[in-house]
Amino acid sequence: MVVRVQRDDFDIGREMDALLAGRRDIGGVASFTGLVRAFSDARNVGALTLEHYPGMTEKALAAIEAEARERFDIQASLIVHRFGRMEPGERIVLVIAASAHRGEAFRAAEFLMDWLKTKAPFWKSEETPDGPQWVEARAADDNAVERWS
Amino acid sequence: MKLLYFAWIRERTGIHEETWPLPDGVTSLRDLVAALAARGPGFAHAFADLKQVRAAVNQETAKLDDPVSEGDEVAFFPPMTGG
Repeated sequence: MVVRVQRDDFDIGREMDALLAGRRDIGGVASFTGLVRAFSDARNVGALTLEHYPGMTEKALAAIEAEARERFDIQASLIVHRFGRMEPGERIVLVIAASAHRGEAFRAAEFLMDWLKTKAPFWKSEETPDGPQWVEARAADDNAVERWS
Repeated sequence: MKLLYFAWIRERTGIHEETWPLPDGVTSLRDLVAALAARGPGFAHAFADLKQVRAAVNQETAKLDDPVSEGDEVAFFPPMTGG
């Protein structure tokens, strides 16, 4: 299992290759990549700055990954989450789940994303025409987490 | 104790990280919030709506009635918005 918090961009192909190097027990790999979008609700977003809680972030991501391994039959997994300033189109987060079969890989990847949205200590601030705005937590994200409880 | 503030709570208190002596009579997070809110207008503003405030004690998510003691690392922040 791999958990990383970093300022720099990541290469999805390299991350997947490194995670699966030498494995012969994997039949399916599901990945999700989150990007910065140029609009949020009704407002334009010039860029995004992600603040986090160094120390707790790594622990929280490791706990989320451990929970995914309890719940799903996955053989390898990865979470890479960026912090700092990012412009529209840039990658923010990558999750990968690998399993003998595709169903568990798909489900685990979705679970990892749902949980890290509300359980990992990151906060987004958007640059808007009216100045910087902190993103508010979405009820939809809470509902997404409840789905798994 | 070590106190940390993030996102708009950091902006309102004007502090990211500080060392603060545990005040007399403070045994829970709830007590600590009340003591902090009394430190000035910025702190009062930061803790005005506790429904919007989350906390961690020693880097684990905590509830308002959880205990705190000298030597703890306590962080205050809004609901998380990662991903």
